[in-house]
Amino acid sequence: MTAYLLKRLIIAALTLVLASMVVFAVMEVLPGDPARLMLGLNASADQVELLRNQMGLNAPVALRYLHWAGGLVSLDFGRSYTYSVPVIDLVRERIAVSLPLALIALALSTVIAIPVGVFSASRQGQAGDTLAMGAAQLGVAVPNFWFALMLIYLFAVWLRLVPAGGFPGWNAGVWTALKSLLLPAIALALPQAAILARVARSALIEVLNEDYIRTARAKGLPYRAVLWRHALRNAMIPVLTILGLQFAFLLAGTIIIENVFYLPGLGRLIFQAITQRDLIVVESIVMLLVAAVILINLIVDFSYAIVDPRLRGRR
Amino acid sequence: MTMRVDLPDETLAGVLAKAFGNRSFLTGLVITLLVAAIALLSFLWTPYDVTRLVIADKTQAPSLAHWFGTDHFGRDILSMIMVGARNSIAVALVAVGIGMGIGVPLGAFAAARGGMADEALMRVNDLVFAFPALLSAIMITAIFGPGAVNAIIAIGIFNIPVFARVARAGALAIWPREFILAARAAGKGMTRISIEHILPNVATLLLVQGTIQFALGILAEAGLSYVGLGAQPPMPSWGRMLFDAQTRMVTAPWMAIFPGMAIVITVLGLNLLGDGIADILDPKSRRRG
Repeated sequence: MTAYLLKRLIIAALTLVLASMVVFAVMEVLPGDPARLMLGLNASADQVELLRNQMGLNAPVALRYLHWAGGLVSLDFGRSYTYSVPVIDLVRERIAVSLPLALIALALSTVIAIPVGVFSASRQGQAGDTLAMGAAQLGVAVPNFWFALMLIYLFAVWLRLVPAGGFPGWNAGVWTALKSLLLPAIALALPQAAILARVARSALIEVLNEDYIRTARAKGLPYRAVLWRHALRNAMIPVLTILGLQFAFLLAGTIIIENVFYLPGLGRLIFQAITQRDLIVVESIVMLLVAAVILINLIVDFSYAIVDPRLRGRR
Repeated sequence: MTMRVDLPDETLAGVLAKAFGNRSFLTGLVITLLVAAIALLSFLWTPYDVTRLVIADKTQAPSLAHWFGTDHFGRDILSMIMVGARNSIAVALVAVGIGMGIGVPLGAFAAARGGMADEALMRVNDLVFAFPALLSAIMITAIFGPGAVNAIIAIGIFNIPVFARVARAGALAIWPREFILAARAAGKGMTRISIEHILPNVATLLLVQGTIQFALGILAEAGLSYVGLGAQPPMPSWGRMLFDAQTRMVTAPWMAIFPGMAIVITVLGLNLLGDGIADILDPKSRRRG
């Protein structure tokens, strides 16, 4: 198993390094001079040149990359061109909205999808299965930002149960803050839950046809125990794979959903940064999300080894 | 000569009979054809002109004159949805074309060569998959400017590794087969075998993946247009219509409801179609009955 984990670890690290090079290269070829941006249009060429030197913008490319990448490792992303504060401060503030949102959505999605998948698989072909999978088919087709608008209409405009948007901040009390994250989380979670439920169902059906399931039934284990303990555990690999992919999707999805609900998260920050050409903020957020995706995939790879004993034995 | 080993016992008539007995395939096909027909019809006729602004008619609720109501410029929502369908279909279709056109040869090549070439392709795939597609599409369109063409490129790029992966996996399963050995014994080269024997046998997989990516492309285009990075006004697009609707949820909810339903129905149709094709042609599901 150590060899397997080591290989995954090396691949993850390699991907991360390559990704950072891609991001750096993309930002490098973009038009726009950060020094000019900070000083404004009235600054003289000498002033701009001075600032460029101060900011290290005139150093060779390789050196600048190493400096930037070295900063990333120690969570020093540099200073925002427009806000003139360290990028990490901006990010820390915003991630306190985006990360909980993505996590709540992931939890919601899992809590809904697994029971639905189990329910459907155990009643394969029956009315309940057809109904649940019909709903899932519909859920997959719904764009989450449109679903968000519909939720706003129903719960905020019509029933007035929750605020239509905005975020009071965690200082306003955990419950108040959570309440304003509730609709966005549901909007993110339901379409994802539909995908996950379909995967869980087909993985379970595959497993339920296996000989060892018949053996477990034959030795007198109740159906429920076989379903939840033997079958579900063996169906976890595809489910985990999708869960990992979904977390990446949810993190990116928050970018759009935050715009629907006016939430001050990473998504709103990246849009502001893009329009203001605050590239250092853009590249930092992209790198952060890419690192998160790579980390999640690594965790998924590791968890395969936990749920699948065969991988544990592999060298 | 091409060989189809996938369906040795199937005739075209047999496949067609199965297709018309498959509810998911039929429903999906009808919906997809309907959406395509509406998009085509919009070139010839729409109930109202979508470029004419009639402020006197602004944000009218659905009525007999305007079935889906009007927007904040007095434009007919139904007409805009019809014209918007063109944009969604064009963007998603070309994006799938880019993904297939580049991804499939790459995947087939990696499977044929194996070794370092294969390993390198898979690592590049890992790299692209590490960038959340939506985030990167937002970045690409934000950097190179918003617009339909850049949206197509942004979505297309992320279709490449998907098709490369599917083509590679499919091809890897075919290469060890005996008829490939026979073709090699007959002196055919790697490229010819890939084109004549491998590709026809992975075409089904690619078709299914194609419908899935088509549907995802429509969702992605809507997302990009929604944040203002897709098709630009006055060209109507479903995502843009939802953006315009967002601040008017209280006064004109129909502005959001109908374009959203257009997206859902289109994506649903494509997904059903893909599921249906997979059901009909997948030997595994055939075995299961």
